[in-house]
Amino acid sequence: MSSSHATTAPVPSTPSSFLSDGHSLKSWLLTLDHKRIGILYLLGVSFFFLLGGLFAMLVRLELLTPAGDLMLPDTYNRVFTGHGVMMVFFFLIPAIPGSLGNFLIPLMIGTRDVAFPRLNLLSWYLFMAGGILTLFGVINGGVDTGWTFYPPYSSTYTTTNVMIVGIGVFINGFSSILTGVNFMVTIHRMRCPGMTWFRLPLFVWGHYATALIMVLGTPVVAITLVLLILERAFHFGIFDPARGGDPVLFQHLFWFYSHPAVYIMILPSMAVISEIIAAFARKRIFGYHFVAFASIAIAVLGFFVWGHHLYVSGQSVYAGTIFSLLTMLVAIPSAIKVFNWAFTLYQGSIALEMPLFYALGFIGLFAIGGLTGVALATLGFDVHVHDTYFVVGHFHYVMVGGTIMGYLGGLHFWWPKITGRLYNQFWSYVSALLVFVGFNLTFFPQLLLGYMGMPRRYHSYPEEFQVLNVLSTAGASVLAVGFILPLCYFLLSLRRGAPAGDNPWGARGLEWETASPPPTANFAEIPSVTREPYDYYEHAQEQAAAAVRPSSAH
Amino acid sequence: MNFQIPFVPVQASEFAGDVDRLTFFLVGMTTVFTVLICVMIVVFTVKYRRRSADEVGSSFENSALLEITWTVIPLLIVLFTFGWGLKVFFRLSRPPASAVNYYVSGKQWMWKIQHPTGQREINELHVPLGQPTRLVMNSEDVIHSFFVPAFRVKADVVPGRTTSLWFTPSKTGRYHLFCTEYCGTEHSKMIGTVVVQEPDDYQAWLAGAPAPKSPGGAGELLFAQYACDTCHRAEPGGRGPALSGIFGTEVALAGGGTVIVDDAYLRESILTPTAKIVQGYEPLMPTFQGQLSDEALAQLLTYIKSLSSMRVAAATARLPAPSPVPPNPATSQGIAR
Repeated sequence: MSSSHATTAPVPSTPSSFLSDGHSLKSWLLTLDHKRIGILYLLGVSFFFLLGGLFAMLVRLELLTPAGDLMLPDTYNRVFTGHGVMMVFFFLIPAIPGSLGNFLIPLMIGTRDVAFPRLNLLSWYLFMAGGILTLFGVINGGVDTGWTFYPPYSSTYTTTNVMIVGIGVFINGFSSILTGVNFMVTIHRMRCPGMTWFRLPLFVWGHYATALIMVLGTPVVAITLVLLILERAFHFGIFDPARGGDPVLFQHLFWFYSHPAVYIMILPSMAVISEIIAAFARKRIFGYHFVAFASIAIAVLGFFVWGHHLYVSGQSVYAGTIFSLLTMLVAIPSAIKVFNWAFTLYQGSIALEMPLFYALGFIGLFAIGGLTGVALATLGFDVHVHDTYFVVGHFHYVMVGGTIMGYLGGLHFWWPKITGRLYNQFWSYVSALLVFVGFNLTFFPQLLLGYMGMPRRYHSYPEEFQVLNVLSTAGASVLAVGFILPLCYFLLSLRRGAPAGDNPWGARGLEWETASPPPTANFAEIPSVTREPYDYYEHAQEQAAAAVRPSSAH
Repeated sequence: MNFQIPFVPVQASEFAGDVDRLTFFLVGMTTVFTVLICVMIVVFTVKYRRRSADEVGSSFENSALLEITWTVIPLLIVLFTFGWGLKVFFRLSRPPASAVNYYVSGKQWMWKIQHPTGQREINELHVPLGQPTRLVMNSEDVIHSFFVPAFRVKADVVPGRTTSLWFTPSKTGRYHLFCTEYCGTEHSKMIGTVVVQEPDDYQAWLAGAPAPKSPGGAGELLFAQYACDTCHRAEPGGRGPALSGIFGTEVALAGGGTVIVDDAYLRESILTPTAKIVQGYEPLMPTFQGQLSDEALAQLLTYIKSLSSMRVAAATARLPAPSPVPPNPATSQGIAR
């Protein structure tokens, strides 16, 4: 977007970049700078992602053979629960908002920090405290309920660490709520002069919708976990039928948050994709308003679809009917986004750089993830595939094909901005290829396995399912290499990478107008915005006009 | 049908074909849209590749017509999908009145099954070909889920309530039975086999199987053992309502309102007797919560229902609500429209 630097805010005297503004451990652990907190999040979520990935590899290794011969059943149950809990609560939910969202939102709206910097730091500490407590529970004895904690198994029957893990996830919930509140207030109150709502980059719209879900949904799962803990510790009888409770009530409460939580995972990723596509097509996102409101529509509709997890749980047929219909409607804003992205490419000026690979990969994989979601919303079909590997395949297409593609795409896009360094091109292409191939090889066979009838959370399985399981495990191995490579070349770039310059991609947007890495105060002067975002066309017109009339320039 | 489509489990119930046709539609729709999107992306990316360093995209960035197109067409498609899914689901939700009840009890980690004629088996279910079969299911501990891929049916088995599913086996053979709701250590060993036999073979199997008592007979013993008959006498005038002929009727409640006497109400009345008192009676009955296993409860219910055998068939059909429409597939198709 076009901006001028004519406003009056004084120039704070700062070091050249936020990275060199103090090197002590204290300068990081007590920082109030949203960019440093973003990096703390980046380290935290990457750590939990690697652990979650390790659990995933153990699951895939066990499933290489039909017999349960690598681990004992109880060990396997702890491992897949550990995978689910770590990945969902400590990677997928905080990954993009915590790292890229924190780093970029103030830059994109032209301000010096988020509205509540101390709250922001607190939210990282709560995230780490929850994560480490959960990790302690998952490793030291483990928990074997699956990440869904369904009672009465979780409340009465299992002897594993439900309490510790429940408390860990509960604490992490507050981190999510604080981040959500912070984003909402920041976006409402801190926009620079001229930055109207419809001049916001779509990244900001996506995070606003995400914040909405974080603030409205997370309290419900927190309450649910408290009820579960009370039930377990003091036998309250809320979910235990032997005491007059109802186990299905837990499922309603749990999914009231946990289905919207899926949109906490995907909306920030969609937000990243919008930025990448606009930058590498050098064109305004097609149907900007539709894409922006589609994010809000997904966030709002997401609160009314939880019952599609309960089609076979004994929920009434009519409730199932309504939830099926409402779930179908979520497909519409998703379709609107996908087609608008595709038409952004139309008549664009497309450079197939690394981040765009991830963005295009996202669209293709999200199409499969989304459409298998429509299939699962279809009542008669869901009865057969519910709780089978079809569901596992579907949500990995959305979570891995969607969220992780967006996360990696975003990292590759903004890495030069965050660190001021360029990463190795060759290895980034190799890694992207491995991720794409490995991903499909891992999860497509799971869709087929599910239709053939293989239930999820099985430690051993009938022999006819072996071939597809072997393919899936092979794919997971390729995927693992694809995920480890970026870790290597990103770290190497810090030492050896060529300086990136302020705007290596020639992108528009306030974050590209400041230095790479940005100074602690973000901007020398607070910018002021005069045009809609992604103004590649207008900017080029202006440049051309200036070239024709050089005398009149500035 | 000898031809076996890859990755599609064998179709062994009358319902399986309905699900597979829906699946083929869903796969087709997914393929068409995925290919459409991928082709668009690839074509645009190649055709509009950047040719000079300072080139930018065009200013074509809005089109109401296009936005309406990709809002309305997907909307129509998902509504159609919804309707089709609903039609299949409704059929699955309405067992025919002629369905024969089998009793299933799930516990960590086995399936216990009792035939209407009393035979019991564990992790195996023998059923005759072509017989509409309804499973009445309870759990003794945690949530389980009864899944037969070859029949394309599944229902959770939830402690504290009775759930059911039904199917009509259409092909003899042995089919997988899986527990699909995670239930603890040996979840993946809570599997079994459904054996579909020709009716004659089934009768022969029944004759050879251990047949101690029919569930109703066992229920009659329990009824006497727990001294239910002290209050619920055969003739009216006891301290509790007489139970013969009561099943399937609508009774008036103390404090207003009515209730249909069905499985759920009988169950509630045994476990939480004071919840809904029939008009004209005192809340005297003690709870039997914790004294009766789910299996015993199912036997008691069977016995009580046998006291009103005329009405049982009409009331067992698990309709979402009382409806004059006879539950047969031909008419249930009308509902999806």
